[in-house]
Amino acid sequence: MNRRHLLATAALGLSLAFGGAASAQDKTKACFVYVGPIGDGGWTYQHHQGALDVQKAFGDKVEIAWQENVPEGADAERVLTQMALGGCDIIFTTSFGYMDPTNAVAKKFPNVKFEHATGFKRESPNVSTYNARFYEGRAVQGTIAGRMTKTNKIGYIGSFPIPEVIMGINSYYLHAKKVNPDVELTVVWAFTWFDPAKEADAAKAMIEQGVDVIASHTDSTAPLAEAAKAGGKVIGFGQASDMAEYKPSPRVSSIIDNWGPYYVKRVGALMDGSYEQADAWEGISGGEVLIGEITDAIPAEVKAEAEKIRDDIAAGTYHPFTGPINKQDGSAWLAEGQTAPDGDLLGMGFYVEGIKGDIPK
Amino acid sequence: MLKLEKRPTPSVFWGRATPVLAVALTMVAGSLMFAALGKNPFEAIRTIFWDPLFGEFAWYLRGQLLVKAGPLILIAVGLSLGFRAGIWNIGAEGQYIMGAICGAAVGLAAYPTESRLIFPVMVLAGAFGGWVWAMIPAILKTRFNTNEILVSLMLVYVAETVLAMASTGFLRNPDGAGFPGSRNFSSYPAAANPELLAGTGLHWGGVAALGAVVAAYVLLQRHILGFQIKLAGQAPRAARFAGVSPNRLVVMCLGIAGALAGLAGMFEVTGPAGQISIDFNSNYGFTAIIVAFLGRLNPVGILFAGLLMALTYIGGEMASTNLGLPSAAIQAFQGMLLFFLLACDLLTNFRIVPARKEVR
Repeated sequence: MNRRHLLATAALGLSLAFGGAASAQDKTKACFVYVGPIGDGGWTYQHHQGALDVQKAFGDKVEIAWQENVPEGADAERVLTQMALGGCDIIFTTSFGYMDPTNAVAKKFPNVKFEHATGFKRESPNVSTYNARFYEGRAVQGTIAGRMTKTNKIGYIGSFPIPEVIMGINSYYLHAKKVNPDVELTVVWAFTWFDPAKEADAAKAMIEQGVDVIASHTDSTAPLAEAAKAGGKVIGFGQASDMAEYKPSPRVSSIIDNWGPYYVKRVGALMDGSYEQADAWEGISGGEVLIGEITDAIPAEVKAEAEKIRDDIAAGTYHPFTGPINKQDGSAWLAEGQTAPDGDLLGMGFYVEGIKGDIPK
Repeated sequence: MLKLEKRPTPSVFWGRATPVLAVALTMVAGSLMFAALGKNPFEAIRTIFWDPLFGEFAWYLRGQLLVKAGPLILIAVGLSLGFRAGIWNIGAEGQYIMGAICGAAVGLAAYPTESRLIFPVMVLAGAFGGWVWAMIPAILKTRFNTNEILVSLMLVYVAETVLAMASTGFLRNPDGAGFPGSRNFSSYPAAANPELLAGTGLHWGGVAALGAVVAAYVLLQRHILGFQIKLAGQAPRAARFAGVSPNRLVVMCLGIAGALAGLAGMFEVTGPAGQISIDFNSNYGFTAIIVAFLGRLNPVGILFAGLLMALTYIGGEMASTNLGLPSAAIQAFQGMLLFFLLACDLLTNFRIVPARKEVR
């Protein structure tokens, strides 16, 4: 790869001062910016597994570099600039909060490719965005939750009231209700992505209210640890990572973020020249969302039902948001047989009919 | 054998020399840690301390040093006044957040009006937000004698929750498709805090930090309040006899520290960070405590300590990306700096003497 693209950083001024110093090398350098530590066992861990997949797939032809614990905001902008200056050819920024810094730095380095996870801004041609359809996994979890609850109370630990999380809650509830019309959903907002103490408190509060199936949209294993203390009465799901240490119960299944295939595809495209700006949103069918093993703690017929949902989604014959679906206030959202347009999902700011409580504003 | 003997008065020489000694010891201990992690220690130390200043990309990183050091210095100068007087404000992080929210709220309320007055009003609002947040522990302490350490620290978590509410609720970008985070100030020139000279990294926050250093220096050297602060710290009883009102001092010290932390947050949100977001705060308020002590609670010392701390951040990032050092190792390295500083402080107040043999 040609390093002279560094000369294009005239926007930063003084670029000539170092143009000659950039070393010529043939490797493609893929860089990753992480919001947490690679040992978090959840979100960042899974991204790093994807980075390692890139290394495995291309061996000596690529070099990978990463930076952990990068705060969102000004620090991210500096880290991205350092990476671009340091010869990264493609930079993956793996948290929503890197959206503005990614776009700002991308403008200054037109020859470096930027890939921002979970965002929606692509202000220059070298910025792509990617996300995964996690709500598809929630459909599988909802089915299990609706069948397995004895108290007819199921719970969801929300991180932040953003469309990503709200669509997960809606999908989870719709599928629980489909198999169990009496089900009631409790949502607790933790206002964090990763805080084991808060997550445990949320789980504890729900268990005390009689909730016996807990799904979480936060990254730690704390809700499962709380569920384990309930002596087999409460089950839950692994989130972001398989969380296999809580198998076979309370962890009865999981949603696994699998970024490897996407990372390998994009870096490969960059190397063979077929790279193009993209807005990727793959799900179970693309392999980005994996459903972790459904354990034997679940009766065989429920397991089969859940697996059928998974397989139908993978085959493209079923969309988790298929009408008729009304909004919480009773107004119509999707007509009979209509599936949700992506735009509606990406800006989702409402609960579906039947969920009690309000989305915090 | 050796033993410690208390010095009658603190050593001036060691007071000056301990920061240098602490940095040197940190380098040695850090090298051992990096070597144990299988990295070349000389390369790691060079990457952290030399490359950001004189390396290939120094032209960019020197400016970033100012960006990173600015808020640290601004907050630490405010904290140092209270620390000198024995008033322990641990909640600068919360005051920083509230300053950012108040400053940003004023700017966003005025959007999209273009007026020269907007930015100065935002500056005042930022200082006011931090000041109000610091007044809570101040009033609770003066009225009910609560512990300002606990109250100010706990208020950090309250401020973080308010920040989450702001970025998902009342300050959320109406054009942001429901995603959290406010409008970006970089696209609203009247409220933005851009680089003053392209490529230098200097923005109004850096100017304010330098101003705060000078003002604090003058305050401590020439002003009666500075004298009272020093007296209250060194001899509380004497201070009381001299007519220093402890309550007034608490209110003044917490108020100044809160206002400066609020200013730092306001300059950060309108400049380098660009927007209110859920994770806007990045521990400047806590790191500034280390900076204040590293700088010996002296304004000029804090200026250098802030720059040194910024250097370990930026160099640490480079070491992490380029050499593959885990970020935890960088944090441990920064922790060593404080540890050695406190350990070396012993030499300021004690001297090491050979123990005399006991006479029977």
